[in-house]
Amino acid sequence: MPSFTEPVPLIEARDLCYTYPDDDPSDDVPAVKNVSLKVYAGEHVALLGHNGSGKSTLAKLLSQILVPQSGDLLIDGKSCRDLGENELFDLRKNIGMVFQNPDNQLVATVVEEDIAFGPENLGIPSEEIRRRVDEALDAVGMREYARTSPHMLSGGQKQRIAVAGILAMMPRCIVFDEATAMLDPSGRDEVMETACRLNRERGITIINITHHMAEAVRADRVYVMHEGSMILSGTPREVFAHIATLRDVALEAPAETELLYSLNRLGGAFPLPVLDADLCADLIAQKYRETRKNG
Amino acid sequence: MLKDVTLGQYFPGESPLHRADPRTKVVLSLCYIIALFCVKSALGMLLCALTLVCFHAASRIPLRTVLSGVKPILFILAFTFLINLFWTRGETLLFSWKFIRIYREGIVTALMMAVRILLLVTGSGIFLTYTTSPIMLTDAIEQLLSPLKKIKVPVHDFSMMMTIALRFIPTLIEETDRIMDAQKARGASFSTGGLIRRAKALIPILIPLFVCAFKRADDLAVAMECRCYRGGEGRTRMTRLRFSPADYLMMLSGVLLIAAVILLNHLPVGIAL
Ligand SMILES: Nc1ncnc2c1ncn2[C@@H]1O[C@H](COP(=O)(O)OP(=O)(O)OP(=O)(O)O)[C@@H](O)[C@H]1O
Ligand SMILES: [Mg+2]
Repeated sequence: MPSFTEPVPLIEARDLCYTYPDDDPSDDVPAVKNVSLKVYAGEHVALLGHNGSGKSTLAKLLSQILVPQSGDLLIDGKSCRDLGENELFDLRKNIGMVFQNPDNQLVATVVEEDIAFGPENLGIPSEEIRRRVDEALDAVGMREYARTSPHMLSGGQKQRIAVAGILAMMPRCIVFDEATAMLDPSGRDEVMETACRLNRERGITIINITHHMAEAVRADRVYVMHEGSMILSGTPREVFAHIATLRDVALEAPAETELLYSLNRLGGAFPLPVLDADLCADLIAQKYRETRKNG
Repeated sequence: MLKDVTLGQYFPGESPLHRADPRTKVVLSLCYIIALFCVKSALGMLLCALTLVCFHAASRIPLRTVLSGVKPILFILAFTFLINLFWTRGETLLFSWKFIRIYREGIVTALMMAVRILLLVTGSGIFLTYTTSPIMLTDAIEQLLSPLKKIKVPVHDFSMMMTIALRFIPTLIEETDRIMDAQKARGASFSTGGLIRRAKALIPILIPLFVCAFKRADDLAVAMECRCYRGGEGRTRMTRLRFSPADYLMMLSGVLLIAAVILLNHLPVGIAL
């Protein structure tokens, strides 16, 4: 029973396990094992982990593309186990996903047709679809490209169209599965800005799977996966304090923390973690002045 | 270099023919094709040509564009003409030299065949490909064939396949370019050697292309599932196709053309050939 003090999470995973079906079941390693997490409505969550740690698999479990072999997924406190096809379909529209390759998720030859694809699948009346498409185009700032063909757009623009396509379905949560990995820095900013704005202004929950620590720092909570298990979780400050653990799983803390960590090993004695470039610069400058004063 | 290939050359525009419902244009093209194959009189052929000229004027497609569409079939055109010229036997022998015999009927059939093909190619361009975007075309075909859904023909799935194919043609062309560049950087050559050598040189392009295409298909399927796609059932459309009075008029003109052509075949004024 959820108590009155604790809000019900939008998404709750309890001991999720998933192993990809294989020809030879004897040597199977689970892609996701015993993962539990709670994501509350309106949160911005980052999910970290090196290649093959099971992040995408977890994302697909959360959006009910894959069905876990054991464990349970709760949306709004309701279990997804033993749900029929139609109920799953209704749940799926709550969680949208934006994938890594911008080319492989756009369906139609015209931008606005592509954005309409999701709402069309939901069986929404034509006028309402039109309204949603226009609104989604405005939300990602791509109104003037409505009649363009997707292959004429830049990577960042394509990803924004993909976001618009998800937005038009009015989901409560959007999962970005390395959505910025194939983009140049300006495209990356474009997409991240859009995501953060949607989170701020519309309260849409964001789960951002990423290899960029600078993106993870902007999240409310950070989760770290390693070989299918969740090894760390907490606010960015809490998680990036575990620099040694992060290094063990081939991850790095944000550049500022890494720098001060290295300086600490030379006897720097800086407080960690530091997630802000200005603060980092101030700390170093301060230390420099102190050392000069002391001779 | 492959990027220059324009597929399904659509010329965006605002002409009456562009604005017509795509279903109308499909029906009109069908009527036109049927009329062309029924035609047996010179006057009938002239009528078909005149119809085309009228619609061409309504489409505002530059004449040069229409004519450039004929270029690729010039060879077929000449070939059909010559075959019909030499192989048709008739009653009035006009010319004979060694084994070559040309009859009056031969000339007539050859001319009719050539004009027929010419009108067919330019006509399908004006009625369909130049004035209708590919996506509209697949939509129209889906709607026109939708009665077949009752007998379990997967009409929606075919039109979805068409749409996706159209969407990925430019992407795959780009990819082919990239793979060719990559293979060239490894010393492959695609423009030297005999036919067999060149064909063999294509294998290192095709294999990565296929692998990538399957990967894309996999990703796309997941993305579509994520966007709640589950086939045509319960699906609505953003743009609903609607017939306007002009559409009914156009379709009527198509039917009238067939009727007129058949009539002229049987009337003495039609100048039967
Ligand atoms: N379709 C699949 N079939 C079989 N095994 C798979 C499949 N997809 C992923 N795996 C395996 O599952 C494990 C986790 O993969 P997953 O894609 O979830 O990792 P990831 O953290 O998203 O990695 P990356 O950062 O490279 O995207 C990997 O060992 C991978 O080989
Ligand atoms: Mg992944």
